[in-house]
Amino acid sequence: MIEVRNIKKRFGTQEILMGISTQFQKGKCNLIIGSSGAGKTVFLKCLVGLFNPEEGDILYDNRPIGSMGVKEKKKLRNEMGMLFQGNALFDSLTVEQNVRFPLDMFSEMSLEEKTERVNFCLSRVNLENANDKYPGEISGGMMKRVGIARAIVMNPKYLFCDEPNSGLDPKTALVIDELIKEITVEYNITTVINTHDMNSVMGIGDKVTFLHQGYKHWEGSKEQVMEESENKELYEFIFASDFLKKLREAALKNK
Amino acid sequence: MFTRPENLSMYAKETMRQVYQIGIGSVLIIAIVSTFVGAVTAVQFSYQLLDIGLIPMWWMGIIVRDSLILEMAPTICALLLAGKVGSNIASELGSMRVTEQIDALEIMGVNTTAYLIGPKIMGGLIIVPFLIVMAVALGIIGGGVAGVLGDFFSIADYIRGLQDGHEAFYIVIMLIKCYVFAFIITSIACYQGFYVKGGALEIGNASTRAVVNSSIVIIIANFLIAFLLL
Repeated sequence: MIEVRNIKKRFGTQEILMGISTQFQKGKCNLIIGSSGAGKTVFLKCLVGLFNPEEGDILYDNRPIGSMGVKEKKKLRNEMGMLFQGNALFDSLTVEQNVRFPLDMFSEMSLEEKTERVNFCLSRVNLENANDKYPGEISGGMMKRVGIARAIVMNPKYLFCDEPNSGLDPKTALVIDELIKEITVEYNITTVINTHDMNSVMGIGDKVTFLHQGYKHWEGSKEQVMEESENKELYEFIFASDFLKKLREAALKNK
Repeated sequence: MFTRPENLSMYAKETMRQVYQIGIGSVLIIAIVSTFVGAVTAVQFSYQLLDIGLIPMWWMGIIVRDSLILEMAPTICALLLAGKVGSNIASELGSMRVTEQIDALEIMGVNTTAYLIGPKIMGGLIIVPFLIVMAVALGIIGGGVAGVLGDFFSIADYIRGLQDGHEAFYIVIMLIKCYVFAFIITSIACYQGFYVKGGALEIGNASTRAVVNSSIVIIIANFLIAFLLL
């Protein structure tokens, strides 16, 4: 479990996060949603330790990151996996080398064991026979799969995904969502996902946290999102399109 | 930056990759330029000295040798490498920063400054001296060929000059320049690339800054080394 306690972050005089507190449960897909500029990416970067918040603390299974030393932080980072919006695959390495990289850097495994683990992770994300290809030679969806395989290769306890569906067609986006959900449940990982995608919210949002202008504006499950109508900002964000508004009306009517 | 490497063999592998990239990738351009620099030095000096007529032409061996060792080979090669290697390093690190590859390494727990910058500086320090020694050798050959073809001096005169009055300390100065210039080229390029913020335009700007700044620093360092050691 990840517990966030009143974190604040500013850049210069501009306050980005204004005291956010929440919890992200183990074995669940925790979604962070919000319009552009709401502070989602800064929040995620604070969670993974790329930014240091000015105030507050983040506890990973009761271990506060703020008071960790360099060694403890390094150990914690070995327990994290992250899927980036732009995949962040290393251009000069093949698919196999990309996925193997964390093992090469941190594990004591033999080459055979590493290759076995890499092949297992690649098959887990349904990506076989692409080991020798370079990131520039594969599609966007395949790159996301490689990113996921690299994120899970060290058996992480915490998985972070920044806009996992950006740039993907709706069908591939659903596949990636399902994959993240399956992996989260299968390995009992605490997964935190930054997204704009309403399909993801409705599909895998075990817990949804809505950020608005640097504040946590709303929190609940995907079922509660559908019923929420009092929170104007959330309603306008979720049901921005007429299609979704009609869908909601139909769903409520059927209920 | 100065922490214990996570995995020494990965750092060694990355250093060797840099040695290959900086070294092998620059051999051809260094070879061509240094050969012609040697040739032009021989032709220019011969032309000037023939006019004066008081200096024996076997001195050309000494002049070409010493000017290549002390000045031409280290400085011209360093300026070339600042352009080729410096811009390459800055744009490589810049695009890694922009495409979040550096963030990905950070999240894995890799010491990014040590892993990305250390091997590049080390690779430069290993291979640049070899390139410059090669440049001196090819420059001397180029000078001899140009002088003989231009009928400025005989090959025997040139070899006599090359063998005459050799100062070992000049080699020490050349090596000092090699290491100082290699450090300047790689460290400035790494700094410019590693701290890029923004997108493609900023990568281009960082690459330009890496070349301009390291060229200026090389010229100043060249003067200081000459001033202090000669």
